[in-house]
Amino acid sequence: MKDDLDETSGAELSADEEALLREMPTLGEVGQARRTFLGQTLAGSMGLFALMLMEKEQALAALAAEPGAVFAAAPALENPVRVALKVNGAAKTLEVDSRTVLLDALRERLEMTGTKKGCDQGQCGACTVLVDGRRVLSCLTLAATLEGREVTTVEGLARGEELHPLQAAFIKYDGFQCGYCTPGQLCSAVGMLEEAKRGDVSHVTEDVTAPFKQLSDDEIRERMSGNICRCGAYPGIVAAIREAHTGRESARTWRFVEEEELARVRKELEADETV
Amino acid sequence: MPRYIGKEMSRVDGVAKVTGRAKYAAEFRAPNLAYGFIVLGSVAKGTIKSIDTSEAERAPGVVRVFTHLNTPKLGPKANTEYAPPRNAREQDKSFRALQSDRIYFNAQPVALVVAESYEQARYAARLVKATYDAEKHTTDTEAVRESARSPSQGPPPKPRGNPEEALKTAAVKVEAEYRIAMEHHNPMEPHAAVAAWDGDRLTIFDKSQEVYSVRRHLATTFGVPEANVTVVSPYVGGAFGSSLRPNYYPALTAMAARELKRPVKVVYTRTQMFTGHGHRPYTIQKIALGAERSGKLTSMIHTAVHNTSTFEEFSDNTTGFTRQVYACPNLFAPTLIAPVDLPTPTWMRAPGAVSGMFALECAMDELAYKLNIDPLELRLINYAERDPESGRPFSSKALRECYRLGAEKFGWKERRMEPRSMRDGRLLVGWGTATGVWGAFQSPASAKITYRADGTAHVTSATSDIGPGTYTVMTMIAAEYLGNRPEQVKFELGDTNFPRAPAQGGSQTTSSVGSAVHGAALAVAARLLALANQDESSPLKGAAPADVEMLDGRLRLKRDPSKSVQIPEVMRRNNLAEVTETFESRPSEERRKYATMAHGAQFVEVKVDPDLGRVRVTRAIEVTACGKIINPKASHSQEIGGVVWGIGMALTEATEIDHRFGRIMNPNLQHYHVPVNADVHEIETIFVEEDDTVVNPLGVKGMGELGMVGIPAAIANAVFHATGRRVRELPITPDKLL
Repeated sequence: MKDDLDETSGAELSADEEALLREMPTLGEVGQARRTFLGQTLAGSMGLFALMLMEKEQALAALAAEPGAVFAAAPALENPVRVALKVNGAAKTLEVDSRTVLLDALRERLEMTGTKKGCDQGQCGACTVLVDGRRVLSCLTLAATLEGREVTTVEGLARGEELHPLQAAFIKYDGFQCGYCTPGQLCSAVGMLEEAKRGDVSHVTEDVTAPFKQLSDDEIRERMSGNICRCGAYPGIVAAIREAHTGRESARTWRFVEEEELARVRKELEADETV
Repeated sequence: MPRYIGKEMSRVDGVAKVTGRAKYAAEFRAPNLAYGFIVLGSVAKGTIKSIDTSEAERAPGVVRVFTHLNTPKLGPKANTEYAPPRNAREQDKSFRALQSDRIYFNAQPVALVVAESYEQARYAARLVKATYDAEKHTTDTEAVRESARSPSQGPPPKPRGNPEEALKTAAVKVEAEYRIAMEHHNPMEPHAAVAAWDGDRLTIFDKSQEVYSVRRHLATTFGVPEANVTVVSPYVGGAFGSSLRPNYYPALTAMAARELKRPVKVVYTRTQMFTGHGHRPYTIQKIALGAERSGKLTSMIHTAVHNTSTFEEFSDNTTGFTRQVYACPNLFAPTLIAPVDLPTPTWMRAPGAVSGMFALECAMDELAYKLNIDPLELRLINYAERDPESGRPFSSKALRECYRLGAEKFGWKERRMEPRSMRDGRLLVGWGTATGVWGAFQSPASAKITYRADGTAHVTSATSDIGPGTYTVMTMIAAEYLGNRPEQVKFELGDTNFPRAPAQGGSQTTSSVGSAVHGAALAVAARLLALANQDESSPLKGAAPADVEMLDGRLRLKRDPSKSVQIPEVMRRNNLAEVTETFESRPSEERRKYATMAHGAQFVEVKVDPDLGRVRVTRAIEVTACGKIINPKASHSQEIGGVVWGIGMALTEATEIDHRFGRIMNPNLQHYHVPVNADVHEIETIFVEEDDTVVNPLGVKGMGELGMVGIPAAIANAVFHATGRRVRELPITPDKLL
């Protein structure tokens, strides 16, 4: 199987990405915190984890085909369709099986595994990407339909080593645990904020005739409900999107009980058996 | 004062996860990769009469179709290097695919189609045609309830005191029956493996909570030495228990790769996940509580029955924690199992505990109403100062503080006892509470640290990070005790080339692996001390390892930090670029003198639409006493996850079976309802730290399960408070409230 890839642009941001980044709200004073935060987080970790994984893969990369390896007689590619599209700003020309969905084209052909397969039937949102700036489920999108379209995946959100504000906010508010739904959540959030900006209403919009201002938490929850997070990191996801959307920082929702407080409670409990 | 432990830290793998660089099992590349697609059977019990693969084999791109007719026999073989199993779990009688014509459950794998592309394999899988000699099946646990028996593993349950007699004479009694639907883990990442053989050596990328157990399983399956099998699992997209056992697909994938002499990838579809691993069993529980008018419990009889499979025994020990929660002299709490024609159930987040505590904590609420005593008050009246089962003291237990602090924070005083007495506009408001409990477990674990003269360290252990933040917490522990910065620590996991670690299950990772990392760091310090003291003029002369600590490249006396040596200098003098230590931590003898458990109090508010029966959990507070908290940020996320799982269990999740066909009707995320963003509102965590010097050197207990345990009961109790309707069957769907 051969991919006929021609990469015409690499590090340069596509117009699409430029637009996405422009459309992110100004972070105001939060921006400062974010930069400091990035400085702390990026040191080491980005390169480190990528490196670790490469080492693991190299073990197999060197593997030669064993004598007697069994291959199919027929060609690998059936009903080939030629598609020229842009992925994260880079031009790609692909010959795909007509049945190939965008999700599998990304993961299996372009080796861009940032986009995740969760259910393969449009029920979980893990595979969400942006096509021409709008969020779509890549598992339900035939690759052959994307001629001339621009696809943005999670790999295309950061500008070089600088994270997209939503990516940074997801880390800041721990808007994930296992991380598997995260690429879909991020792409969905980028698209969702754009929809809101366009004035799209949702099931919980109270006055559909009023001009749109700012999303309430309920609006964010509703509009992000197509993206399942089984770890249940929803409060962090909402806080992250809220900050990216409004620039407002969220207060912590956890605390330690201070020693004095604990001493007081213990004293009261000794004196009184009730709570 | 610790520099990192107890302070919030963002995940060290955060950037990898938000940029899409974190690689999960199915995402590893291999040259000449072929794609496998599993074909599922369509009867619940019987034999395969015929299986026609000819059309599938003719389909373009198909490499081979495996069925029971052409799949080599897999399974335990004589293997000199193979260590004898240490316990029942290791005996590995797990289901292996395509080994015979026998059908044990509906949607059992009957073929594996391997093709050059995924599309081709998926298409050809539809062309495989099987016929069956179906036999009469039973998938309904209710139907076999009467034949339930004690699991053969472990001693049969013994009563404490005389519960029957005490119940008869009790002043107040509650007797009720509770049911919990079968549930599935549904992690976002489907289970997947990429297997490649190099001669008789296997490398497999797998989604696993315990790479060593997958290695053992595959070594046994293929009759090769364990050393020949490498299992790699650096990222796991959630598992919640579904990857504690190897499941059938790693062996199936490796079998195909071996037969075809090329790497093969197999990924479960979402539907295949419903029979591709275990589930939380369907559970029926009968509870009888007897109490004095004062509220003091005099008798507890709690019997649970749940399904197992016809070919394996599994029990989640539903009633286990009932024996340890309340002080009560008379108790009987057996868990019984009954085989049905379904896959073997397995551990699913807070296994047993969340099911058992749902029944017990609802029954306690019912008792509170019968006595007209505040539900929290009733729990205090029956507070266990010592472990009622063993009589041993708790190593620590700040549960009473949790109740009190939670009540204060929640505003429990404002609660009116009477059901349907609180409203928010047209919505009925209910407040409920329940106790959470989980064991503070620890297993043997090993970690290896290589500390370099430049202050950086490489730390490894074959544990897993299914989401709790193990990468981060181990990095913090290493940095704390090596005295360097987290950025200087590279922690790796999920690889059988690393020292052995237990399964990431039972909330024991930080306790077990954290203790190993801690021990390895101390071993590095001890080694450096010995090296330093080879020098006659060492300022640390005479110091014992316990007297010193590492900090910012120096080894110094704890009681007099002015006495120190430069570590790089010590290493240079000894011609060492690095120092490597491996440490195995084991549970201490001291632990045996105590009951070691984690506790919590959980409070929820629900709002119920009286016309639609829709329940919203608008507020939840977790007050948690589980020893020392290493990373409050990730711990809070674990608590949030526990609440969200509790909401799912209480209100939406159920695997529905059409018993006529013995088939799961909703094996997908459209019809199996996990909570979505709109279902989740305010969740707050209050950590009541305990100074526990017994549980392990770090003083930590686990919290991944604890946070979920009381939630379903608290929600059900809140629904009763809101509506006056006592729903004893989960999930509490709107139809049950109308």
